[in-house]
Amino acid sequence: MPDYTLRIRRFNPESGDAAHWEDHTVEMQSHSSVLEAILEVKAKVDGSIGIRCSCRAAICGSCGVRINGRPGLACNTHLSEAAARGAEGEPITVEPMGNMPVIKDLIVDMDAVHWKKIRRVTPWLINREPVPEREYIVPHENMVDVTQSMACIQCGACVSDCLSMEVDPFFIGPAALAKAYRFVGDPRDAEPYERLKDLSEDEHGIYDCTHCFNCIDACPKGVAPMSQIMRLRRIAGTDYEIEDRNNGHRHEQAFVKNIKRNGILHEADLLPDSYGGKLHPRAAPELIESMPTVIKAMARGKVTPAKALLHQHKAPAEVKQIFKTIEGRPKRDELNLYVTGVEDAEERGALEHASGNGEPTPPSAVAAAPPKPAPPAPAAGKPPAPAPAAGKPPAPAAAKPPAPPAPPPAPAADKSPTFPAPERLESPPADSANTESESE
Amino acid sequence: MKVAYWPGCVSRGFTPELHGSMAKVAPLLDLELIELDRAACCGAGVIAEHNQELADTLNARTFALAQQTDGELMMNICSTCQGAQSECQERLDANTEYREHVNSTLEGEGLHYERGLTNKNFLWLLVEEIGLDTLASKVKRPLTNLRVGPFYGCYIVRPADRLGVDSEHPRDRYLHMVIEALGGTVIDYAGVYKCCGFPIVTMNKQASLTMAGRHLGDAIDAEADCLVVPCPLCHLNLDLQQPAAEKVVARELGMPVLHLPQLVGLALGLEPKELGMSKHVVRPTAVIDWTTTVVAAAAA
Repeated sequence: MPDYTLRIRRFNPESGDAAHWEDHTVEMQSHSSVLEAILEVKAKVDGSIGIRCSCRAAICGSCGVRINGRPGLACNTHLSEAAARGAEGEPITVEPMGNMPVIKDLIVDMDAVHWKKIRRVTPWLINREPVPEREYIVPHENMVDVTQSMACIQCGACVSDCLSMEVDPFFIGPAALAKAYRFVGDPRDAEPYERLKDLSEDEHGIYDCTHCFNCIDACPKGVAPMSQIMRLRRIAGTDYEIEDRNNGHRHEQAFVKNIKRNGILHEADLLPDSYGGKLHPRAAPELIESMPTVIKAMARGKVTPAKALLHQHKAPAEVKQIFKTIEGRPKRDELNLYVTGVEDAEERGALEHASGNGEPTPPSAVAAAPPKPAPPAPAAGKPPAPAPAAGKPPAPAAAKPPAPPAPPPAPAADKSPTFPAPERLESPPADSANTESESE
Repeated sequence: MKVAYWPGCVSRGFTPELHGSMAKVAPLLDLELIELDRAACCGAGVIAEHNQELADTLNARTFALAQQTDGELMMNICSTCQGAQSECQERLDANTEYREHVNSTLEGEGLHYERGLTNKNFLWLLVEEIGLDTLASKVKRPLTNLRVGPFYGCYIVRPADRLGVDSEHPRDRYLHMVIEALGGTVIDYAGVYKCCGFPIVTMNKQASLTMAGRHLGDAIDAEADCLVVPCPLCHLNLDLQQPAAEKVVARELGMPVLHLPQLVGLALGLEPKELGMSKHVVRPTAVIDWTTTVVAAAAA
């Protein structure tokens, strides 16, 4: 059996000593897990090593650590895989997850950060009234869609390496926002609008994510938290037109308008427009604050007054037409590969690198399936805001839309995660009418 | 090699030195650039955040324009374009029905995107198409003793499966490999794979500039002479915003940041000025001094 050296970060705050590294060599099978190796050292060499673990099967989410600098579960990382990540002959480093205080050695304080943030997003279903006598009937696609967030095992790997949280500890963060989408995307939930309003008005909410994709690569269960955050933004901004505290929605609108007009980005307009326009009172302090940067850029010839003021690029008519066609649709189209799977993935595996792009891995929870047209949606162009439901969290009283339209009579796929069939296509095959019921 | 060339928006906007230096470097690498000047912005993730089909359609149009040229593949010089376009391409290539739905919007212009376009950032093209040996053989002024910190940015390395980063294609090591091939010294520091903060500069300036300031400070602590970036948006936060970042992290910085084609151009013998290095907010004095020393030494 090969030898593996673990370099474990030891720290006991009660001792008053600084953190330090300890090397331990174990003789184990290459397919043994890093957790098994740690437990071997703990059993035979030093019983004082602190590690939290339970199921050893990537289900309980207890053994989140950083292995060779990357977050993950110690129980589903093979020693050979961990060794391959580092430089040849170098030990496998095992350290506690980041962004959370260390209790001892590899154990971090999940209560202080992770669970606090999960509680922040009202992590339970608020029933849509009236509650049916039997189960709710929910479209299959919607259920599969939220299954992705439901796959979360609360291990904290995404929280560990969230780069926004690293500089802004108040950021609600990837795990909790993925959990928020689990309810916003659930047609049985009565208050998606209030949830989104709440997460938009928190300046450390959905618009504080910096698009770094770390959480997507960190997650051992394929939850893709950042993709869920982008869904929350899309529904909050485009569907509900919720104004947020961070200029996130305004920035998105300014960006889209900018490209529609110029074809390529005209940066000089983007900043003021993101604050509501050059003449908006909100823009003034920002523009004044940015003046030294602007002056320096001009002094260096990076930007010329003519370039800043004149729109040298105009969007070709064809680009304008694309905006007109797509923005004119009664309903947003969206393809969710988690729901639809990837077409003939095997055949395309051979092309993987020829195309310069890796294939998305079809999630294990859902078999790759042919695309299914979504069930017909209500005619309204804009998803209806739910009816007021007094006294229920997380809805602040002021957050109520001024004149909420009546909720749809039944849970409807008004924000279908799948690509809805254009009208000219055949009617949905019989099996797409399948529904799933679920009780919690 | 002939490529359909997508320069992106920022290389023609606030970082004109990037577009300019690419144009100077291309002939030295026998690269013929067919510029896609009618293509539109990739959306930088923001258009997709607004309306996914809109972002997919704009990029399908860019891909279709690239496929109309006789370029062997499409090349970009912006990590953000690479990431945003790869995300759209993943959806377009995964589902024929969806792709044809998107193509129907392009019909009026006579454009059609066929699945399987190859779209590579200049960094990938350098390593995978030109090759490090060929690159090294063209070096006229090896970057001897120049301590360069790689800064990858997010969009070109994550998510690893979408961007094809694996043991066969260690795209998360390519900047390291290029710096070495050019004769430079790679400086590893804490920020190599972190986010520059640009995507949230209008939403949370404090957090955004803290990110930029910390990475620059870490590079200074590791005694780098300069950083190199394959992404102009990273350049905006790390260079243009560096004086503002200094205030946020309360630390004097002054770390020069080079675009990838500028670093390659220096090694291929071009002068700092013709590579647009006078347009940087943080004067790359250390790099220019280094160039002068090397030139003076060679003359002696």
